Amino acid sequence: MSLQTTLLLIPLLPLGGAILAGLFRNQVGRVGAHSVTILGVAGSFVLSAWILMQQIEGTLDTVNISVYTWMIADGIRFQVGFLVDHLTSLMMTTVSFVSMLIHIYTIGYMRDDPGYQRFFSYIALFTFSMLMLVMSNNFLQLFFGWEAVGLVSYLLIGFWFKRESAIQANLKAFLVNRVGDFGFLLGIAAVLLTFGTLDYVEVFGQANSAIGQTLSIPGGMEWNILTFICICLFIGAMGKSAQAPLHVWLPDSMEGPTPISALIHAATMVTAGIFMVARMSPLFELSDAALSFVMLIGAFTALSMGLIGIVQNDVKRVIAYSTLSQLGYMTVALGVSAYSAAIFHLMTHAFFKALLFLGAGSVIIAMHHEQDMRYMGGLRKYMPVTWITAWVGTLALIGFPFFSGFYSKDMIIEAVHESQRWGSGIAYFAVVIGVLITAIYSFRLLYLTFHGPEKFEVDADAGHHPPPGKQPAKPKESPLVVTIPLIGLAIPSVLIGYMTIEPILFGGWLTNDGSIFVLEKNDVLAELGHHFHGATAMATHALSTVPFWLMITGFVLATGIWLFRPSLAEMLRNRMPWLYRVLDHKYYFDEFYRKVFVNGAVSLGRNLWNKADAGFIDNGIVNGSARVVGWMAARVRRWQTGFLYDYAFVMIIGLIGILAVWVAMVP
Amino acid sequence: MLTLAHFLTLGAILFSLSIAGIFINRKNIIILLMCIELMLLAVNMNFVAFSRFLGNLDGQIFVFFILTVAAAEAGIGLAILVVLFRNRQTINVAELDDLKG
Amino acid sequence: MIVQELIFYAFSLVMVFAAVAVITVRNPVYAVLFLVLAFFSAAAIWMLLEAEFLAIILVVVYVGAVMVLFLFVVMMLDINLVPLKEGFIRYLPVAAIVAVAMAIELLMVLWSRGRFGVDMFPVPPPHSADYSNTRELGELLYSNYLLPFEVAGVVLLVAIIAAVALTLRTRPGIKVQNPSVQVRTRRDASVRLVKMKSEKPRGA
Repeated sequence: MSLQTTLLLIPLLPLGGAILAGLFRNQVGRVGAHSVTILGVAGSFVLSAWILMQQIEGTLDTVNISVYTWMIADGIRFQVGFLVDHLTSLMMTTVSFVSMLIHIYTIGYMRDDPGYQRFFSYIALFTFSMLMLVMSNNFLQLFFGWEAVGLVSYLLIGFWFKRESAIQANLKAFLVNRVGDFGFLLGIAAVLLTFGTLDYVEVFGQANSAIGQTLSIPGGMEWNILTFICICLFIGAMGKSAQAPLHVWLPDSMEGPTPISALIHAATMVTAGIFMVARMSPLFELSDAALSFVMLIGAFTALSMGLIGIVQNDVKRVIAYSTLSQLGYMTVALGVSAYSAAIFHLMTHAFFKALLFLGAGSVIIAMHHEQDMRYMGGLRKYMPVTWITAWVGTLALIGFPFFSGFYSKDMIIEAVHESQRWGSGIAYFAVVIGVLITAIYSFRLLYLTFHGPEKFEVDADAGHHPPPGKQPAKPKESPLVVTIPLIGLAIPSVLIGYMTIEPILFGGWLTNDGSIFVLEKNDVLAELGHHFHGATAMATHALSTVPFWLMITGFVLATGIWLFRPSLAEMLRNRMPWLYRVLDHKYYFDEFYRKVFVNGAVSLGRNLWNKADAGFIDNGIVNGSARVVGWMAARVRRWQTGFLYDYAFVMIIGLIGILAVWVAMVP
Repeated sequence: MLTLAHFLTLGAILFSLSIAGIFINRKNIIILLMCIELMLLAVNMNFVAFSRFLGNLDGQIFVFFILTVAAAEAGIGLAILVVLFRNRQTINVAELDDLKG
Repeated sequence: MIVQELIFYAFSLVMVFAAVAVITVRNPVYAVLFLVLAFFSAAAIWMLLEAEFLAIILVVVYVGAVMVLFLFVVMMLDINLVPLKEGFIRYLPVAAIVAVAMAIELLMVLWSRGRFGVDMFPVPPPHSADYSNTRELGELLYSNYLLPFEVAGVVLLVAIIAAVALTLRTRPGIKVQNPSVQVRTRRDASVRLVKMKSEKPRGA
């Protein structure tokens, strides 16, 4: 099997599964649908892992091949191609592994859903799109994958399309992503304008030539072209990776089925922006302004979104805000040129966040689709596997030493500390406080769900959709198809950081082959590398660092409040109602957007409809021209008396007029 | 000495008079027809004068045809007039407004 | 020369006078007669212009036929003259203004910058005594203008047919002879042979 065939098979296998499960859903049936899609995704996981292994062993160099030229217009090639380097193979493997486990999990989660085949078709299609995105060797295909994952995300958020809130949420996700995509498209256009090509290698090769070039934008301003490109591309990443202020769609996207929240809105799609910036590192490195912008946006997101997570009651929403916060961490890492750290955190986060989501999904199944944590509690004795894996996920998330999240997050914090970039002080403060916040909301989630007293009553007559606080039966552990993926994700959540930190961050595995480009003056990771003495040493050293003790503080606070003195939370809320209100309203982002953009668009539309369309076009141009004709005809009609002599009179007046002109004009 | 302008002036005066006639006698269709004859006469006067002063007989040929057409026109016009009178018992133009839609 | 000018002015005056009379007199019969006078004067002036044929034609055809036709019609129709003269005074100012404007414009064209003066159009010498205007016209008419001449004939024919068709009417209920039916009649239509037995003389 040639390399090209292998690379083609990796995205095409899930696509084939999606087509079979989607278009022939009645022929293949339920079992057939999950079989073909799981086989397809498993196939691409195996092939991706094989590629990754070859690259780890060094038997496979960076591959850059064009598979198909779509068209050539004005010397610009639009083509489908693959660029497989270490970054790509790492992403491919992560994406296909998480995706595979989630496929398996879905068998259990969606068992009773009438849209079973459709769901499998969508998630397999998502895997295809995401693989196309990460494997692309040009901006066009990147944009294709970018939009395709957005489309699947839209379809999946609105998967339960009979639910009003789901439809609202997927519309919101779609519209907010359009804002980001517009920036992204502008960025790609600027790349095309500046470099005349869409191919990564060619663009990055010419990147230095663009230094100092400027772009005149309307209004007479001169922009550094690279800063312009990078900020535009990053605006796309802000939409896709849900960075403030374009984050508002992600919490609402929890309306979709839980496997989707795990797969798309935590592990893979939302990291597309992070991946993209890392991929564009040769461009971003050349613009300090853009990197500062990236870093500050990430820092703001990391801190502010974590705070919201503390006051949320919906179990999935807490994890969603946690995701936002963690994406903020990755973005900060990008901003300080620690691209490898961002990708590293992306990978570890994919595992433990998918784990947390699937655990939450398992809880939701057991609670008969009750998502409010105020009606849970004490679940650990009913569902031990879920409980333990949730603990693993939580420890990884808060960055407990030796867990994967510890290595990735601690490295980001260290990198920010090390960075000299403008604004890195603020960012450092944000990410350090973020550790405290993360610990608080993570343990709050854990305690409210699994510990403490049971806050629900068992009522056999409660029915399939019980009212809040009622359960038709005692919760029980989820089936094997749910728990196996939980275990399958828990293992890497613990180990992968310990195992891979050295090669990825300090072994130059991502930078040596040119996947990621870092200028020497920006290379904070190299600086950190001098102090790195192995993963174990790092973990033990952490006991004497600020983030660790902040995390412990958070743990103690959360334990004290939610495990032992629940009334304390109530008291705090009553003491500081303003703070609670601000957090509960998510800093009023939604209200602001609703007021300004939604109402603005509605009133603009209404005005256009009333004034421009009905008033000006209909009444003015259409009816107006008819009225003018009518008005003129009413005037002119008076001349049509029907009397011969009036016509003769007009003729003679005309004759006199012609003669007058003749007299006046002819010399 | 009689120049071309004398004859053309005579034709112009005749033409203007017939226009005035059309305006004054706007009720009487017979007089209107006569005014048109007068107008044609004025035109013919010009043709003949030019023919003479240019030494070119074509102008007179034209007058010949105009007379022919005018005769035909007068014949048909008067026939229409007769029919009109037979049907409406009047030739008052003020009562003929069938052209008005 | 002076004689010609005298003749011109005399007939011109008569003509203008006749034209004014045509448009102002009450009675259409008088108007026709004044029109005839105008035509006569025009014919005389055309004589001065050595267009003898047309002058004669004007008198013979126009006065002799067309004007007579006008007279016929005017006299045939039982016209109530009073309403036809309504508004005569009312329209007079407008008519005067329009006519004067027209005349002034025409005269401006004629007299300004000597466009039609002697310099541009020198007076041609009179033709010799044996010059025949009729022959010259005829030669032109039957050579260069043969087709238009024929067409003019057709136009006249059409006018004749149209005039007849317009005015022709069949009145029901009038007893008239129909010669063609009379001619076409057969013996069978009026004679019937009846076979009968011969009568025996009474008493035989």
